[in-house]
Amino acid sequence: MTGFAPRSSHVAEVVRIPGRETEFVRDLRSPNRFLVSRAVFTDETVLAREREEVFSKCWIYVGHVSEVPKPGDFVAREVAGRPVLFTRNSAGDVRVLLNSCSHRGAEVCRERRGNQRRFRCFYHSWSFNNDGQLVSMPDEEGFPEGFRKEDHGLAQPAAVGQYRGFVFLTFNEEAEPLTDYLADAKYYLDLTADQAADSVGMIVQPGTHEYSMRSNWKLLAENSSDGYHAIPVHKTYLDVQKSRGDQIAGSTDKDWKQSHAFDLGNGHTVTVKQAPWGRPIARWRPSMGDDTKATVEESYRRLVEVHGEERAQLIANLDFNMLIFPNLVINNIMAVIIRTFYPNTPGHMNVTAWSLAPADESPAARRVRNESFLSFLGPAGLATPDDNEALESCQRGYQSRPGQGWNDVSRGMDKADPPNWDELQMRTFWRRWDELMGGKA
Amino acid sequence: MIDAPDSVQLSSKRYDRARVEDFLYYEAQLLDAWKLEEWRDLFTADGRYVVPATDNPAGDVDMDLNLIDDDLVGLHGRVQRLMSTYAHIENPRSTTARVVSNVRLWDDDSGDLGVRCTVVVYRSRLPGTTSYVADVRYLLRPEDGSFRIAAKHAILGHHTLRDVGGVLSIIL
Ligand code: FES
Ligand SMILES: [Fe+2]
Repeated sequence: MTGFAPRSSHVAEVVRIPGRETEFVRDLRSPNRFLVSRAVFTDETVLAREREEVFSKCWIYVGHVSEVPKPGDFVAREVAGRPVLFTRNSAGDVRVLLNSCSHRGAEVCRERRGNQRRFRCFYHSWSFNNDGQLVSMPDEEGFPEGFRKEDHGLAQPAAVGQYRGFVFLTFNEEAEPLTDYLADAKYYLDLTADQAADSVGMIVQPGTHEYSMRSNWKLLAENSSDGYHAIPVHKTYLDVQKSRGDQIAGSTDKDWKQSHAFDLGNGHTVTVKQAPWGRPIARWRPSMGDDTKATVEESYRRLVEVHGEERAQLIANLDFNMLIFPNLVINNIMAVIIRTFYPNTPGHMNVTAWSLAPADESPAARRVRNESFLSFLGPAGLATPDDNEALESCQRGYQSRPGQGWNDVSRGMDKADPPNWDELQMRTFWRRWDELMGGKA
Repeated sequence: MIDAPDSVQLSSKRYDRARVEDFLYYEAQLLDAWKLEEWRDLFTADGRYVVPATDNPAGDVDMDLNLIDDDLVGLHGRVQRLMSTYAHIENPRSTTARVVSNVRLWDDDSGDLGVRCTVVVYRSRLPGTTSYVADVRYLLRPEDGSFRIAAKHAILGHHTLRDVGGVLSIIL
């Protein structure tokens, strides 16, 4: 079971990609080496350039349509470090407005979420509708002649787009359409969205994991699909699953059977595998408890009913960790996690994560999902805190030779179809990153 | 969520607060000393330890995504992990000091004793010290002159985990 495998996966990177050497990335041939400068994790000027060349040029994840189900619903959050309002207007269309008053710049909304037709800025009471148009202000006659309300709406991103319920924005006027940008990542977004019957859809569950790491954001882009670290870093998780009765060997080749890592285009990557853990959709394991077996089997039966046996198999059994460049992770593992992150400084990032579930899930199935999610994931889970520690430890380690040294990311670069515990996925990220950063030789 | 009304002056007809405080201080002592197996064994067979997400303190603990939702099996796993030297974020272990205050009691309709208190946990590691504050609610069940924990819900008094060290790797 491989899911969608791009043609590139059959040829080793050292054969299909020419070597290249820039300030930050050395993609070398004979000997084959892939090195990333440690300065990219610590340098302020690199971060300033990333804000321009990466976060202001790419499509960036905003949220899921299920977070604003009804007209007037809104969520206020930061996207690429900028305060935005993710709303559904009175006509039922999804909008993204920049949360800064056109008058003097105060946030027009300081609640996290809610439902309202108007956003009234508390500073001088200008009032905007949920399309961002300025509709009223006190003492309107006091403004000079020619002042037109229609010229003073809330600013908006260059474009907003959605694919299967996942909403993105871009600040780049010349950006390609979202569906082109997503390239082959669409196949895996489809597999995620198809976990629910079409009429009901998937929802983001209430309850957000908002945490942070004292490390550079790109370390998390790497870590989110790093199969090589799973056994040393997550030994306690695997041991706990083992002591609950799951067959886990504790070795990469046995536990991550038939794994692959694919380049999905535009810097997006996915690693696919059949992992040793259970999944609420729909792979029962003893650790989930005997009382949940019927629920999980029922959930699989429903998938077969909606999608047919072959696709149901894929939806239920293909585990994957996907990175949509630059900062969106969608992992279909022991549950579905949506995770995004953004740097505050070179050595600190905010992380936000949600759980995505079928909207009509029964309480019994939801319990399986929540237990499954929390057993591994989240800032209080049995695994994620140790990722934090690993990344923060790298960041502290970089202080040993500030601005110097190179990380080795060479594993599997000379293999056709490398497994997920090699590092094709990271190199794919880095090549795209370096290209956008204008890496000069 | 264990419902402890804000606008009622709570008290119990059956239990004396000092006795309950003795128990809460004992629990805090076990946690500060990393006697986690002994702490876990304070829970009843149907016990549950929940920490809701920071943006959803009054949500539906069964259907929403929490930060922690451990039944007894979950507690066994969490304690097994934390006692291991492979729990990297807690190796070396945090030094913690818990302060338990504002203890209130009520005779819960379930028959258990309801308890609500405020807990501040100072947590120190080599890279820095942080503190968590939580509104903690318990359902306690009397046993052998002391209590067992039937439920413990700790509602963090933080809007995100970002200014309190980033994650929550200890038990509150
Ligand atoms: S800043 Fe918003 S009304 Fe003046
Ligand atoms: Fe990890």
